[in-house]
Amino acid sequence: MRVQFEVNGKSVSIDTAPNTLLVQALRGELQLTGTHVGCDTAQCGACTVLVNGRSIKSCNVLAAQVEGSKITTIEGLAAADGTLHPMQAAFKECHGLQCGFCTSGMVMSAVDLCQRHPNADEAQIREQLEGNLCRCTGYQNIVLAVQQGAAAMKA
Amino acid sequence: MYTFTYERPTSLSDAQRLIDAGGQALAGGQTLLASMKQRLANPEQLVDLSHVADLQGVCQEGSSLVIGAMTRHADVAANALVRQHIPALAELAGQIGDKQIRAMGTLGGSVANYDPAACYPSAVLALDATVHTTKRKLAAADFFQGMYTTALEAGELITAISFPIPAKAAYLKFKQPASRFALVGVFVAKTAGGVRVAVTGAASSGVFRHAGLEAALSQNFTAASAAAVRIDASDLNTDLHASAEYRAHLIGVLTQRAVQHLGA
Repeated sequence: MRVQFEVNGKSVSIDTAPNTLLVQALRGELQLTGTHVGCDTAQCGACTVLVNGRSIKSCNVLAAQVEGSKITTIEGLAAADGTLHPMQAAFKECHGLQCGFCTSGMVMSAVDLCQRHPNADEAQIREQLEGNLCRCTGYQNIVLAVQQGAAAMKA
Repeated sequence: MYTFTYERPTSLSDAQRLIDAGGQALAGGQTLLASMKQRLANPEQLVDLSHVADLQGVCQEGSSLVIGAMTRHADVAANALVRQHIPALAELAGQIGDKQIRAMGTLGGSVANYDPAACYPSAVLALDATVHTTKRKLAAADFFQGMYTTALEAGELITAISFPIPAKAAYLKFKQPASRFALVGVFVAKTAGGVRVAVTGAASSGVFRHAGLEAALSQNFTAASAAAVRIDASDLNTDLHASAEYRAHLIGVLTQRAVQHLGA
């Protein structure tokens, strides 16, 4: 079936099977491999992308379900000249990652969080990141990074 | 995932036709798709309801709020009418799963699936809501029939749920931290017909009203009044997360906290 949507500002039209998950369409058909498959059971959040500005788990959504939507993946955050998005820069600066597997999902989730709650306190950040698991348990610096990224996004 | 066909109707009549022909309704898919990956469900056709405009949104009708079945948890949590008139319902929706799940999951999907630890059924029962379907209107008490079992017949779709606005209400949930479903959730509502207390997560048969707590709180709406009620553990669920006795204890504690939260 034909599915059309927008990814990182570009219109795409893919011919895919109805059972294609959004994460499979992004990673396979569109070669956007920054979005990771962690658990494949909608628990870990490594596959988090934005659909119309809201974070969702792309392993638990069919590509067909996002027909007509605007998708943002980790590849869509940095500027065209390579300048990192403030949240990416904050994760780098605060060392908000260890192995890095969860990071693209964490960053996408954090961007959604800060757009919706620009003044989130630490407790709210932790609550809002419940859907993203870091198996290295590096949460302390992730929360610091989100706080710094939130401030930078407001600046 | 195994092969199936997919339809995306834009009207309720088209959706109904596809469902009558054997299609499986797809709401937000947050339970269904995961179940299909595990082969717990194996529909041959999915009928995506997300483009049916008639199933969306919140409106006030008299002294009730009517919420479309395809309204997503995040939208219920953020909706101005819900926050104004039934803030407990907005708070409940804002605590379901995690924010990624709330961006997709829907009221109708949750209630139709009727997981015995889901949050929404407690609000539907405590507020004496009416479930509107493509065939009829069902009282909450008649709708929920047992674990994953509702009064919905084959081909019958939930279109909206009508929640009478209570004088006040609160939902308190003790989360199972991995799934974020309710280990126990208690919805306390002060309504025109007295105090109603609905409990989710505690019994394997699903949501139920607690007569003892309702009687005590109708007479005297204080935490102390709730604390004096003995909660029988014999019909409650024991699993690896909690014993029946622990769940019984939580019902009492959460009810007291809900009453305190309401300033009593």
